[in-house]
Amino acid sequence: MDFDKELDARGLNCPLPILRTKKALAELSAGNILKVIATDPGSVKDMTAFAKQTGNELISSAEAGGEYTFFMKKK
Amino acid sequence: MDTKKLAIIATKGTLDWAYPPFILASTAAALGYEVQMFFTFYGLQLLRKDVSFLKVSPLGNPGMPMKMPFGPKWFKDINWNIPNAIQSLVPGYENVATSLMKMTIKNNGVATIAELRSLCQEADVKFLACQMTVELFGFSHDDFISGLDFVGAASFFEFAGETDICLFI
Repeated sequence: MDFDKELDARGLNCPLPILRTKKALAELSAGNILKVIATDPGSVKDMTAFAKQTGNELISSAEAGGEYTFFMKKK
Repeated sequence: MDTKKLAIIATKGTLDWAYPPFILASTAAALGYEVQMFFTFYGLQLLRKDVSFLKVSPLGNPGMPMKMPFGPKWFKDINWNIPNAIQSLVPGYENVATSLMKMTIKNNGVATIAELRSLCQEADVKFLACQMTVELFGFSHDDFISGLDFVGAASFFEFAGETDICLFI
């Protein structure tokens, strides 16, 4: 999937992946796609909750080899 | 949609109890909440310029796992169940426990308190410091980070009364 910015949140634990995501989104324009890679298993539900509460769209969420990859579209 | 509001009263001044208020405040701010934190009694320690002195005490804290943050897995898995009576007699026990806790925090990619606190400030979380506690404990305003409002309980309620969530930690 094409994306405009990538955020490496691997090795970070709650709440850092969410805080860094928020910061990264702030640097993008509406409609841009942010790719986030994380290793925190809690981030799966947290990213969904973040998207729901902030209005940004979580396009996809996938796990492979202990890494979680998210694509989020900025509101 | 109206902006949601969160108020937190932080009353504890130890390394472990410093986490919940700053984690919740920074996360709420990231979710778009307007957040104010009121620091009173021992919680005021969390606003000192240097927070590296914050300690954790395993003494009288049966909920705290005492595991080593280094060595092979079998060693890390051991829970060192040390009786209170021994903990209280060993000089520097809290310092050792605090160093081990800090190592565990780092190993797990958990932010430091100073880091979480500045993330809160960057996200416009408002810090209210209890003026009564400043006087009670003999602090001066110079002991604390800048950007604080030194106020009393009435000022806290002005915001707290309008919030969606209010937590006492």
